[in-house]
Amino acid sequence: MSRVIVDPVTRIEGHLRIEAEVDGGVVKDAWSSSTMFRGIELILKGRDPRDAWAFTQRICGVCTTVHAIASIRAVENAIGSVPPPNVRLLRNLIIGAQCVQDHVVHFYHLHALDWVDIVSALSADPAKTASLAQSISDWPLSSPTYFAGVRDRVKAFVERGQLGPFANAYWGHPAYRLPPEANLMAVAHYLEALDWQREFIKLHAVLGGKNPHLQSFLVGGMSTPIDPDSQSALNAGTIAELKQLVGRARDFVVRVYLPDLLAIAGFYKDWAGHGRGVGNYLVYGEYPEDDSATPALFIPSGIIRGRDIARTETFDPGKVSEYIAHSWYDYEKGDAAALHPFDGETAPNYTGPAPPYERLDTDKKYSWLKSPRYADEPMEVGPLARMLVAYVSGQPRVKELVGGVLKALNVGPEALFSTLGRVAARGIETQLLAEKMAQWVDALAANMDAGDYRIHDTSKWEPASWPAEAMGAGFHEAPRGALAHWVKIGDGLIQNYQCVVPSTWNAGPRDARGRRGPYEEALLGTPVADAGRPLEILRTVHSFDPCMACGVHVVDATRRTLASVRVA
Amino acid sequence: MRNQPDWLASELERRGVTRREFVRFCAAMASALALPDSAAAQIARAVRTAEKPVLVWLEFQDCAGNTESFLRASRPTAAEVILDTLSVDYHETIMAAAGHQAEANLARTVKERPGAYIAVVEGSIPTGSGGAYCTIGGRSALDIAREVCGQAMATIAIGTCASFGGIPAAGPNPTGALGVSAAVPGVKNLINLSACPANVENLTALLVHYLTFKQWPALDRYRRPLFAYGKSIHDGCERRAHYDAGQYVEEWGDAGHRAGYCLYKMGCKGPVAFQNCPHIKWNGGTNWPIGCGHPCIGCAEPNFWDTMTPFYRHLPGVPGFGAASNIDTIGLGAVAAVGAAFAAHGLIQIGKRVGDKYEPMPPAGGEGGHK
Repeated sequence: MSRVIVDPVTRIEGHLRIEAEVDGGVVKDAWSSSTMFRGIELILKGRDPRDAWAFTQRICGVCTTVHAIASIRAVENAIGSVPPPNVRLLRNLIIGAQCVQDHVVHFYHLHALDWVDIVSALSADPAKTASLAQSISDWPLSSPTYFAGVRDRVKAFVERGQLGPFANAYWGHPAYRLPPEANLMAVAHYLEALDWQREFIKLHAVLGGKNPHLQSFLVGGMSTPIDPDSQSALNAGTIAELKQLVGRARDFVVRVYLPDLLAIAGFYKDWAGHGRGVGNYLVYGEYPEDDSATPALFIPSGIIRGRDIARTETFDPGKVSEYIAHSWYDYEKGDAAALHPFDGETAPNYTGPAPPYERLDTDKKYSWLKSPRYADEPMEVGPLARMLVAYVSGQPRVKELVGGVLKALNVGPEALFSTLGRVAARGIETQLLAEKMAQWVDALAANMDAGDYRIHDTSKWEPASWPAEAMGAGFHEAPRGALAHWVKIGDGLIQNYQCVVPSTWNAGPRDARGRRGPYEEALLGTPVADAGRPLEILRTVHSFDPCMACGVHVVDATRRTLASVRVA
Repeated sequence: MRNQPDWLASELERRGVTRREFVRFCAAMASALALPDSAAAQIARAVRTAEKPVLVWLEFQDCAGNTESFLRASRPTAAEVILDTLSVDYHETIMAAAGHQAEANLARTVKERPGAYIAVVEGSIPTGSGGAYCTIGGRSALDIAREVCGQAMATIAIGTCASFGGIPAAGPNPTGALGVSAAVPGVKNLINLSACPANVENLTALLVHYLTFKQWPALDRYRRPLFAYGKSIHDGCERRAHYDAGQYVEEWGDAGHRAGYCLYKMGCKGPVAFQNCPHIKWNGGTNWPIGCGHPCIGCAEPNFWDTMTPFYRHLPGVPGFGAASNIDTIGLGAVAAVGAAFAAHGLIQIGKRVGDKYEPMPPAGGEGGHK
């Protein structure tokens, strides 16, 4: 039995440490630790709730829209602000673009190097690579000359002797299984995707002024004026620009990302048998399709327990609680307690080893993350949870896309509960959204054509229009999963603020009953061919797309129950 | 192959970047650096003959927003090539290696190239709880910063968190977060590229400046390059004429808002915010916050999370700002904050421009010297 430590886990957002017991080439136990804390919720106390989105947005610069969206929804819910229809469309476009861009970047730039060996690509035959590429897609950049150029460029890079970010990796590891040609194709698309993400995210600059950290969010609406007769507002030119951006995104996703995913997955089908995880899935739902108080959601809400895909349960926000038994916090009632976020407490108390340290004492407290539970069970959140719930709920396009991927890989639905399943679900969701976004652009154009330029509920802008005391919650599906903010407002200022975040659900430590979090559970049984180079551990952890800055939060004591829950 | 002088030129050619595009890029860089047109030729020469400088990028109490900004470098194809001319030997978010192999890369750079690499720091450095609020490989952020920045040829604090503490340092600063200059006094050639996040065009321009002139640019009293932080947002704003004409947005989505009127009354901090957003904009010049109808929040200023908030309360009348003095003022706190912001920036210039060269900037904390 040996203890394998991966710190830092790289190619993620933030600071994550994994410790694992490996015996006989297999992970027998694992611990997930977040090693950074900022305390942003504490900083929010006493501030103007209309500013909160900008503060919470800075929780994460990778998923740079998600905490802004959850925040404005929470405050709108609290004060009873009802944004006009254009706002739903603008936000759906911004949320959808975030998800599409984030998923592509995750696949190519954060996750691919766990499956793709760049060094092997150097020995690829460009003509064979072209045949491979042309056999899976009609994407035009697929000639032998093109791939020879990519190979020569990488070769020149290597021969210069400065390997930069590609130095000292696990190249040549026996777990890499792609032929050189598939590696070269993937490297070419790694570079293309780097260009693609930069161009596509201009959609955020059009609708948000800039990316990262868009700046067009407002409690009650959006700041982007709409007026077809103004050069200082969204107009027909903007609609054309959005259509072009969305069309090109769809093109790349359908003709490059999904074919690559299926081609690579075909060589790693055994990873449908690893990384199963806790088997419970939680989804709040996203993309409101109308402006009612309980809108239809394009991606439905629901819970799946025990991998039972015969049915979904309805989400009940009262069943969320958090443990701190293995987290560096104190509760008044002690470490055995699980508190609902509205009854949460904040008392950071570091009791781990003084840095520099070699090992954490994983029998005690070992993470800055808490351990969220739903109905006292650990839950996985994210693209896999969303696609499973949508699939079971009968979302028609999801059923088609999931069915298509399962058929292409020649596996059954049970293969989805795995490391490979997470990778596939992320790709499926990307295609689903890339296809959908054009409809939101069309709807925005139709509103513009009908003369509806409204972008804000000005009736609730001034704090004088708010109740003296108000509470609200904002629910959102971030790229990495279910996200919620809770806010309590008194006399126009924030009294309490809290976030329960996707990477907290997935990366949290054990709870008071000793049950592992989803990362920890998913690592059980993972093969590790070389304990000194634990590539396989990275595969499963990366399949969740960790975002650690998001995961660490602080909850504060509030004692009211939530009156209503609304996604808008 | 290594250090081949014309590598960049051949690389540009291979990637289909024409000579004309390259010249245009150099002209754009000269413009971003506020240099005369004649400097473009000098930039072209310098960039062509540059060997790849080694850079290590450290992330502490960060959100990776500056890393994402870095990935958005979007000048025509040439900008990406300029970034290729760096050897990024350590960067947690993009590097292939993990765990002790990743840490070995950093250790090797520090050991083998003392005084010869550039350190970039993203995120603030927590000093509370014995450093336990941020550890990497079991080491505290402060410990790592002392070692890595202490031996760097220069340190670029990218973003407001690394520059001044940023959001973790906003009141009540639960973790004792500091920017690099406060956490590690005496770092040689420290340059702050504040903003939330920093605009990648300014990072590119800073590095091109170094490659071209073999020295770092003139800085303001916050150690920010004057080429990027020398003028207020207000001075360069496309809506300035509306301000001067007294035409203001009064309500979100009103006729003035749709017509692109001045956002002063909606809380715009442009008059007390110093950055070149109006000039270079964001995401390859696509747009900027004021361009999408939202006020500037002053994100490049020290302590802006405390001094510029509430974001939607408008600035009080400021002497010398014409129409502004006619707008009713709200809150003595805001008056004090604005006064402090003006006094603090002070337009005091460290390092003087001499022809196309700058005099050396003084070291931070009275140690080291210019190289």
